[in-house]
Amino acid sequence: MVINPDNYGLRLFVRYLVLCLIALIFIFPLVFMINSSFKPDSQLLADTSSLRAFLPVGDISLDNYFGAFQRAPVGLFVFNSVLVTGVTVLLSLLICSLAAFSFTFLRWKGRDVMLSIVIATLIIPFETIAIPLLLLVSKLPWIGLDGLEWGWLNTYRVQIIPWIADGLTVFLFVQYFKGLPGELIEASRVEGASWWQVYYRVVMPLSGPVLATAAILKFLVMYNQYLWPLIVVQQENYRPVMVGLGYFFQLNVAWGEVMAYLTLITVPVLIFYLFLQRAFIASIASTGVKG
Amino acid sequence: MASKLTLSNRTGWTFALPGFALIVIFVILPFFFAIGLSLTNQRLLSPNPTQFVGLENYQQLLGLAAVTLEPERDDAGEVVRNKAGEIQYPRLRKITRSDDYPQYRGMREWFRWQSGDNVMVVIASDVVFMKALVNTFLFVLAVAPVQAGLALVLALLINQKLRGINVFRAIYFMPVVVSIVVVSLLWRFIYDGQNGLLNSILQGLTFGLFQPVDWLGNPSTALPAIMAMSIWQAVGFHMVIWLAGLQTISPTLYEAAAIEGASKWQTFRYVTWPGLRNTAVLVLIVITMQGFALFAQIDVMTNGGPRDSTQTLVFQAVERGYGKQDISGGSTISVILFAIVLTISLIQRWLTRER
Repeated sequence: MVINPDNYGLRLFVRYLVLCLIALIFIFPLVFMINSSFKPDSQLLADTSSLRAFLPVGDISLDNYFGAFQRAPVGLFVFNSVLVTGVTVLLSLLICSLAAFSFTFLRWKGRDVMLSIVIATLIIPFETIAIPLLLLVSKLPWIGLDGLEWGWLNTYRVQIIPWIADGLTVFLFVQYFKGLPGELIEASRVEGASWWQVYYRVVMPLSGPVLATAAILKFLVMYNQYLWPLIVVQQENYRPVMVGLGYFFQLNVAWGEVMAYLTLITVPVLIFYLFLQRAFIASIASTGVKG
Repeated sequence: MASKLTLSNRTGWTFALPGFALIVIFVILPFFFAIGLSLTNQRLLSPNPTQFVGLENYQQLLGLAAVTLEPERDDAGEVVRNKAGEIQYPRLRKITRSDDYPQYRGMREWFRWQSGDNVMVVIASDVVFMKALVNTFLFVLAVAPVQAGLALVLALLINQKLRGINVFRAIYFMPVVVSIVVVSLLWRFIYDGQNGLLNSILQGLTFGLFQPVDWLGNPSTALPAIMAMSIWQAVGFHMVIWLAGLQTISPTLYEAAAIEGASKWQTFRYVTWPGLRNTAVLVLIVITMQGFALFAQIDVMTNGGPRDSTQTLVFQAVERGYGKQDISGGSTISVILFAIVLTISLIQRWLTRER
């Protein structure tokens, strides 16, 4: 084969080589994590100094997974995360889309002021309100099984309710709704549909893309939560997966079990992502589209 | 007709109220709460009533002064030197604990430098906070341009028409969906000083010449190591935002450039880059806000150490507000943090405004 710089095949090869090398940089920690989860500790630590770290070789078993379940209530942590994430995402889609519907299609007193306030909250990073919010939720009332209770710490609600509504989700819905044909809404009204019916039967069925976008962004935020549950949940009963990780660092650390746990809480998300890849990427992209 | 159809105060309020009320209670209220608390001495669980203390918390955090230490002189007025020939200076605590200087009371040395025979010492009321402040700025100043630049390069790379390019796009984006907590733990292995992956790779590449470094255990490498990891984790996020920006540029502009015979660089400089102006502002603002929020990496990887080299503002806010139950101290740091984020995003908007 004659090699010359104009050779199309060679240029193509170089392009793919560059792309592959970069791809390696992005996946090697994950490959390491998954492979290590099958190895006993002694081999895991010895392997990190060679390429064997990235290969499922040697003494391979599922022992670490059994060990992880024995060491910590893994099932409970996963249940808590799925519950908190699922409920928050669903409520968020409902509440935020309703608000956006009202902001976009209805005209009422105070609407513009309210919308501006909601959009303005986009500039407040959660980390700057975490501490005062902690104080606030520790004093909020709640009607429980035994009547009125005070304080939301160590509950599911403290992990769900503050996260239902946020400026970004409302903003995403408003941007999308603006693009829907206004005639359609008016026609439905002329036909005698109530506003709830317009929302439920006309607008929502047309909102697949924005629902997916909002759901994915919220899912990533909620499932990967760390700071908030770390400070509001001290009891293991209500801890989500990321905070549950702390259990693996008490006394002697068994790295194989840590890796098994990391794999267990990460791989389902990665599979979910690979299936819905286009939607995931579109959701991030749409946060960058300014209208 | 349209106005009559869409005018409805009651329904409008009913639909918007749940979302608006939640945002007011859980975002806006705590935000103003933070400002209020920063002016008090509130603690999480305290038997004493909360008192208004004005700007004392801010003074306690931001108090800074520079003092000059003159060499000690003997009776003849000669500079006293020790056996090694180094000039002897009076102890700093003669100033910070002296009744002659009540304004410096309780302050500690942050850093010092030599100036002629004298030594200039910068003292701060809260040295750890000062380090956190500086580290956070260093983090943002280093991460923002590098991450934005690399993300743009990646976006240009995967914007080519190649078979299977979607696979690469998916892989580059992958770390974004993985929790930062998981990522931080994995990178502890990569940075490990004994037989970490990074040391092994560097030793392999240099045929054993490279001396292993304890990346996270060394004050001079810990923060850069966390910067590198953070860039790696989030670069895919910004790549996608750039990509969305790239796709808004009209193909006819590229065709025109091709007809004019523009080189690749010229096409980028005169077609691509001007078309990305709004995206650039957005990417920078998002990176800045994320950078100032740096917390999980610190909490998982270094706990602020070694020797405070990875202290950050959010880590300090959480450590005080939650760890030490000093709500007012944590709130004060939060307010300072918000003021910084707001100022910087306003400056970024102003610098990149339409002219």
